[in-house]
Amino acid sequence: MKSRVLVVTSGKGGVGKTTTTANLGTALAMMGKKVVLLDTDIGLRNLDVVLGLENRIVFDIVDVVNAKCKLKQALIRDKRFEGLCLLPAAQTKDKSAVTPHQMKNLTNELRSDFDYILVDCPAGIEQGFRNAIAGADDAIVVATPEVSSVRDADRIIGLLEAAGLNKSRLIINRLRSKMVKRGDMMNIEDILDILSIDLLGVVPEDEVIVISTNRGEPAVMENASRAGAAYRRIARRVTGEEVPMFNLDDSNNILDRFKKLLKLAR
Amino acid sequence: MLDIISRIFFRDHGGSREVARERLRLVLIHDRASVSPNFLNAMKEELIKVIREYMDIDEESLVVSFENEEDSVALVANIPIRGFRHAVNE
Ligand SMILES: Nc1ncnc2c1ncn2[C@@H]1O[C@H](COP(=O)(O)OP(=O)(O)OP(=O)(O)O)[C@@H](O)[C@H]1O
Ligand SMILES: [Mg+2]
Repeated sequence: MKSRVLVVTSGKGGVGKTTTTANLGTALAMMGKKVVLLDTDIGLRNLDVVLGLENRIVFDIVDVVNAKCKLKQALIRDKRFEGLCLLPAAQTKDKSAVTPHQMKNLTNELRSDFDYILVDCPAGIEQGFRNAIAGADDAIVVATPEVSSVRDADRIIGLLEAAGLNKSRLIINRLRSKMVKRGDMMNIEDILDILSIDLLGVVPEDEVIVISTNRGEPAVMENASRAGAAYRRIARRVTGEEVPMFNLDDSNNILDRFKKLLKLAR
Repeated sequence: MLDIISRIFFRDHGGSREVARERLRLVLIHDRASVSPNFLNAMKEELIKVIREYMDIDEESLVVSFENEEDSVALVANIPIRGFRHAVNE
């Protein structure tokens, strides 16, 4: 299989890039794929704790690009999932410790051993962003249904296009269907209309994300988690499978069905 | 008919979603135009090309800009005219 380098990015901070990288990567590994997760948020490393691998770090990405260690030595194997590895960010350096050229070489080297190379991008549009996208084949843009997040996503999509990444796909994170229903949150269509890129998936707001991050066990491991289920579906889409968009309408009462009927009749 | 019923029963009560959507639309018009510094210039050149066929204009003092109004964004072009081309009213 030809390997894919996918960068997970957003512009705005705190919208769910690291959560997405951890869950999508774990879900792909659960499907039997070989996956490596790259934390490029140098100075603010987080992916290790979300995955529960923080105690096993010896070397990091800066050590690798500076040839302080071999790539294989720095990769942390997740013992829970065959085929899942993490390359952690450095915590004591800053974003200029790595160059886009080095990142490109690094991702290319990883291609021979992995099916999916997921790059967790830092917030912002400066060097950290440039590094993260340098070796990517495609981008996954994460946004929450808020004005500031969608605005930043629009900016990021423009920058990605300028860098030759034209097939970015969108994950809408933290959607609250109750708020959408009462007209207090932008809905999926509103956001897609504005950004005009393809939708990769919608992840609902879910307490399980917080609980699983507390534990260091990605939500996709939790069968009952709605966000976890959303990420499992996204993973299948990433592998090329056609998976219909999950209907986030959890309630299916008479009134809702009546509403749907009316919408169809229009 | 269904449409009317639907509107009576389920119309938007002006939730903040509408406000968000509208603000986002406006802010992005600005963002998208200013992000690429070439955008306005490219458009200006195209405009000049077209208008020149009909009028004699002062290309040097031509100004194109975006202006914020209360609830919309306007493209404002200030184009000093020196004169009309002869064939205009043919
Ligand atoms: N679907 C969700 N439901 C509930 N909480 C969520 C969801 N997605 C993310 N969060 C929470 O939002 C916070 C920010 O998430 P995360 O760290 O993944 O964002 P990020 O984009 O990587 O941030 P940064 O820009 O700082 O790297 C975390 O506390 C996370 O647990
Ligand atoms: Mg992060």
